[in-house]
Amino acid sequence: MDSRQLQLLHEIMALEFTAIELNLYLDTHPEEQEPLNDYNQVTERLNQLKAHYEHLYGPLVSYGFSPSEYPWRWIEEPWPWEIQF
Amino acid sequence: MWIYEKKLEYPARVYKTDLRMAKYLMAQYGGPDSELSAAVRYLTQRYTMPTRKARGLLTDIGTEEMAHWEIVGTMIYRLLKGATPEQLRREDLGAYFAEHDHAVYPVDASGVPWTAAYVQATGDPVTDLHENMAAEQKARTTYEHLIRLTDDPGVKDTLRFLREREVVHFQRFGEALVDVQEELTRKKVF
Repeated sequence: MDSRQLQLLHEIMALEFTAIELNLYLDTHPEEQEPLNDYNQVTERLNQLKAHYEHLYGPLVSYGFSPSEYPWRWIEEPWPWEIQF
Repeated sequence: MWIYEKKLEYPARVYKTDLRMAKYLMAQYGGPDSELSAAVRYLTQRYTMPTRKARGLLTDIGTEEMAHWEIVGTMIYRLLKGATPEQLRREDLGAYFAEHDHAVYPVDASGVPWTAAYVQATGDPVTDLHENMAAEQKARTTYEHLIRLTDDPGVKDTLRFLREREVVHFQRFGEALVDVQEELTRKKVF
């Protein structure tokens, strides 16, 4: 994985972690407006970044969540346990 | 259902083989308070939770625990990588090698295989949420022990992330418990 791909993946990981943290908080505080705004903002930015990443490096998710170029790109390396951070 | 995402929740920073640390980390991969136990426990308990906050939270934390299980599994895989049978034998992993070679198999730090007996689900939401809060504290303590067992700054960094998540989950479970207790009080007829 080249440094550009790794950098983009890092940004996606950081944003998605922010979304996870806000998600859990909202599960027990569903009526708080401010974290909800943050969640929606992070989600929008995360989706943009993921679309950009997948366009360059292939799908992050399968099962119909993301299309693939020919040949089927899902099985391309590296799998998460092989990435050198 | 679940969708797999081809990424880790947090980087697994392992750059060299360390068999002893691999063995210790199995506590969080296949031990009683491992990430696997946590994931299965929460995803089992959610069906019988009485409030929407608790059902949502158990689904989401259970899912995050699967991501943590993947991080710990990745660390073990990398810590074991390239080790010879002789090296494994010297670090007390000879019996593990005999049955599992370099497979990442869920056992605890002493080699005891994971069992569903680690999954607590009583059907009583107050009991189950207390169980979960205790489980998060036990996992936090184990991570603190693991952090003290390594000098590797990369491994320490990943373990610190996982430790912090236990603290956050404990906090959220406490909030879900208050919600469930309020719901049960409301339901009582005086």
